[in-house]
Amino acid sequence: MRSTTIKAGAHLPLKNRTSFSQSVRHSLTMAYRGLLKIRRTPEQLFDVTLQPIIFTLMFTYIFGGAISGDVQSYLPVIIPGILVQTVITTSIVTGVQLREDMDKGVFDRFKSLPIARIAPLAGALLADTIRYTIATVLTFSMGYIMGYRPDGGLGHVAIAAVLVICCSWAISWIFAFFGVIARTASSVQGISMLVLFPLTFLSNAFVPTKTMPDWLQWFVNINPISHLVTAVRDLANAGTAGWDLGISLIGAAVIVAVFAPITVRAYMRRT
Amino acid sequence: MDHLYGKGIRPNQGEWAVEARGLVKTFGDNRAVDGVDLNVRAGSIYGVLGPNGAGKTTTIRMLATLLRPDAGSARIFGHDVAKESQIVRQLIGVTGQYASVDESLSATENLVIFSRLLGLGRGEARRKAAELLEEFGLTEAAKRPLKNFSGGMRRRLDLAASLIAQPPLIFLDEPTTGLDPRTRAQMWETIRRLVKTGSTVLLTTQYLDEADQLADRIAVIDRGRVVAEGTVDELKASVGTSSLQLRVQNAMDVEAARRTIERVLKVQSNVSSEAGKITAPMADADRVTDLLIALREAGIPLAELSVQKPTLDEVFLTITGHGVSSDEPNKEGVSA
Repeated sequence: MRSTTIKAGAHLPLKNRTSFSQSVRHSLTMAYRGLLKIRRTPEQLFDVTLQPIIFTLMFTYIFGGAISGDVQSYLPVIIPGILVQTVITTSIVTGVQLREDMDKGVFDRFKSLPIARIAPLAGALLADTIRYTIATVLTFSMGYIMGYRPDGGLGHVAIAAVLVICCSWAISWIFAFFGVIARTASSVQGISMLVLFPLTFLSNAFVPTKTMPDWLQWFVNINPISHLVTAVRDLANAGTAGWDLGISLIGAAVIVAVFAPITVRAYMRRT
Repeated sequence: MDHLYGKGIRPNQGEWAVEARGLVKTFGDNRAVDGVDLNVRAGSIYGVLGPNGAGKTTTIRMLATLLRPDAGSARIFGHDVAKESQIVRQLIGVTGQYASVDESLSATENLVIFSRLLGLGRGEARRKAAELLEEFGLTEAAKRPLKNFSGGMRRRLDLAASLIAQPPLIFLDEPTTGLDPRTRAQMWETIRRLVKTGSTVLLTTQYLDEADQLADRIAVIDRGRVVAEGTVDELKASVGTSSLQLRVQNAMDVEAARRTIERVLKVQSNVSSEAGKITAPMADADRVTDLLIALREAGIPLAELSVQKPTLDEVFLTITGHGVSSDEPNKEGVSA
């Protein structure tokens, strides 16, 4: 067996860098690991199944009459809003779970393997898109049950869904960064909520901007969440794609471009 | 194994699996590792021995690219751990102190994922996983989630995962801590087999008998420093001599026996109170023949006699205890 061992070593291509295609393959394998974990512990899907149902029911019936006169005409406003809010809130869990995961011994092995440094992070984040998909489908389904009939048609609703999932994935890099630098999982939860709560509520997700004081309108209008909500409304309710869609996609790309490298660097430094 | 390292590297470097110079790692104001030098020859088992908190794990983590040294350098088969870390990772397997496998997945899933990450194809990864599970006697438990695994099974799976790529150097951080004696013996057997197939093993342990059983060479670490290094026999010899233990049949003969021993061996002997047992240090085990003849001539019947090398426990106490600085002669034959 001596010869086999040495042979195995001999044809190893000893390179100090991992190629792009290898990085993608490693990330996909890590995503597969994430999916296996979700399948083994389905109870961690509680939040993405219950939150869309409860929040959609709650917000629609509480605010519907006050804001739009009746529930029916509030639905085209609230469903895109609640969709964005729910799915982005879900992405906090990504950071929290990453923190918990990193405290386990298995991450030592990932670090000691000759794989792309970004793979354990990218894989975990990629696997979590399944959570965003569940939340998205459930929110639209709840809306449909309550009588929401988007004028944009199924195709545009699907595009809107993909848009929300992509943007949430991008935003989850921010929480992944908190996950990597924070000491405990609960502190990740804390910081992330603190960031996200004002962002989602100080937007046009639940109420029309017109009703707010001027200084608040200024913030709401530059809030990226508002642009994402508007983009989803345009797509789902009218089947149009405007400047808001562009801003949302650019914003998502910028977040990934900034946070992916610093997250990976922080992850590598942390031990 | 020279052909592993390409053309530009001098062949004599291939002999060393690990060369570490002055490794330092500080956590806050605690110098966990304080200038450690290690040389591990390829194809051997090297033991790093030390009490809890001596810096064993930190040293291994630095050598395995998991932790960046604050000072000093280390090379694995001639490749620098800091500058060529991705190459080093292709040459090593690491089994941590706490099982580095995924709790929520099954044994097969764990091995398949690690195999895929190491570049094996789908079918290849499945085959490799089945093969390793078979080899480590885990086939029956292959589908169960790891939560239900015993400590020994987890360690075996952990080691199996380190062997997927058949790395030429394997780090084992306290591979048998917390295992029962039978599982521990199995683990030892596995480690010996690994080295027979051409791998180099660097293991840490706080069990003296483990180092004694397995390691070709040992470094004793205490408070972040290597306080002694050598083969097991060198370390034992450094504590001094063999020791003679003798008991006479008739308690009245004790004094006569002592006089004889001191005359023949020219050393001080001690009588322990229980059952008239005489112990005496011996420079040369061969002198026991002279002693036996002398005892027979003096007509002293013996109940029991043994000549023993000092145990590694005694070595350990002498080296890490107060003896280190005050007892210079004890370090003879040991390059500290």
